Amino acid sequence: MNTNIAVKDKPRKNALVLFIHKLGSPPWFYDFTGKFIPWLWLIFVGLAAWALYLGLVRGPADYLQGESVRIIYLHVPAAWASLLIYASMAVMAFIALVWRIRIVEILAMCSAPIGAAFTIVTLTAGSLWGRPTWGTYWVWDARLTSELVLLFLYLGVIGLYNAIDEPRKAARAACLLAIVGAVNLPIIHYSVKWWNTLHQGSSVSLLGGSSIDASILWPMLIMAFAVKFYYLANLLTRARVRLLEQDLRKGWVKDVVREQRP
Amino acid sequence: MTPTRKRRLIALLLILAGVGVASTVAFYSLQENLLYFQSPSDLAMQPIPPGRQFRLGGLVKPGSVTRAQDGLGTRFVVTDGPKEVEVEYVGILPDLFREGQGVIARGALDGNGLFEASEVLAKHDENYMPPEVAEALEESGHTVRSSDGR
Repeated sequence: MNTNIAVKDKPRKNALVLFIHKLGSPPWFYDFTGKFIPWLWLIFVGLAAWALYLGLVRGPADYLQGESVRIIYLHVPAAWASLLIYASMAVMAFIALVWRIRIVEILAMCSAPIGAAFTIVTLTAGSLWGRPTWGTYWVWDARLTSELVLLFLYLGVIGLYNAIDEPRKAARAACLLAIVGAVNLPIIHYSVKWWNTLHQGSSVSLLGGSSIDASILWPMLIMAFAVKFYYLANLLTRARVRLLEQDLRKGWVKDVVREQRP
Repeated sequence: MTPTRKRRLIALLLILAGVGVASTVAFYSLQENLLYFQSPSDLAMQPIPPGRQFRLGGLVKPGSVTRAQDGLGTRFVVTDGPKEVEVEYVGILPDLFREGQGVIARGALDGNGLFEASEVLAKHDENYMPPEVAEALEESGHTVRSSDGR
């Protein structure tokens, strides 16, 4: 990893590369993220409240399912988040394994519990939704089973990381598992296309538009957007704590503590 | 990029490719078993012997539902367009069960081609809309409950 000292004798780097290198430095990362985490939480709460008001108070019931369609505002954003967080964890794990950047390693590992939580929300909300609409809490169809496998992958990453004492070795092993597990992501996404499933097909696609009425779609999309801010805020908060733990005896942590308690 | 990083990058990409190929092959060979249900057309192509449990999926043919005078017995026809199968079920049907709706029934055929279901699940499609929109669509001549049975 290049440090600022190296910049002097090389031609000046552009601002973005310099910024990324700075983020790799624990004290700088700690200071920088500390400044905007409160804003991330604020944006999340604002957007989520707006989405819930639109969806639960203003929004209509479905023509076929009635009120139970409102579970969509929880189930779909959580399901998208469970996939997106896994993808982001796998990408960060890849970068961590090739470049061995400690902060990226920590970020990848701190993503796992958040993703696991979203997977549990997806499965629970979906199960409660399935009872009144399909007539059953659970079936072993391809979509439900592959989402359950995603939960086990998250738990595997968390377990492996905690089973090895030396944090950097632990992260390396868990990162590899995270990368290998990424093959499950296309399986989950395309399961409703490739196999006959009880779960219905996709309602929303990036290019093909949506088969959900706008009055139900918009609160759902706003909620999905809100959830990304929750992920960022939660992830950065966790990563800062992990950094403090790992660098307990380093000078910059002592400085941080001194600033907190004058 | 330093040689060590390059080596790690190549090793990881190889692992990814290996796992990808392995799972593709595995899922390709599992394809048959992963089908959650058989459609009436699947059944016509590959008949399943009477008495063997499987799941039958399709749309409830409009006008085909008859309820028993006494008890919870229901008879209806499951269709996927070209083929259809008659189903008998005794029990409580899910709320979404109605004519034209997608269903998945678990059970077995008897000797006469009647499917005796022990469980009936409703399958809904990917369309969500408020009742007013559904009514407006019906009025303008669209069939709202046109699930493709998937």
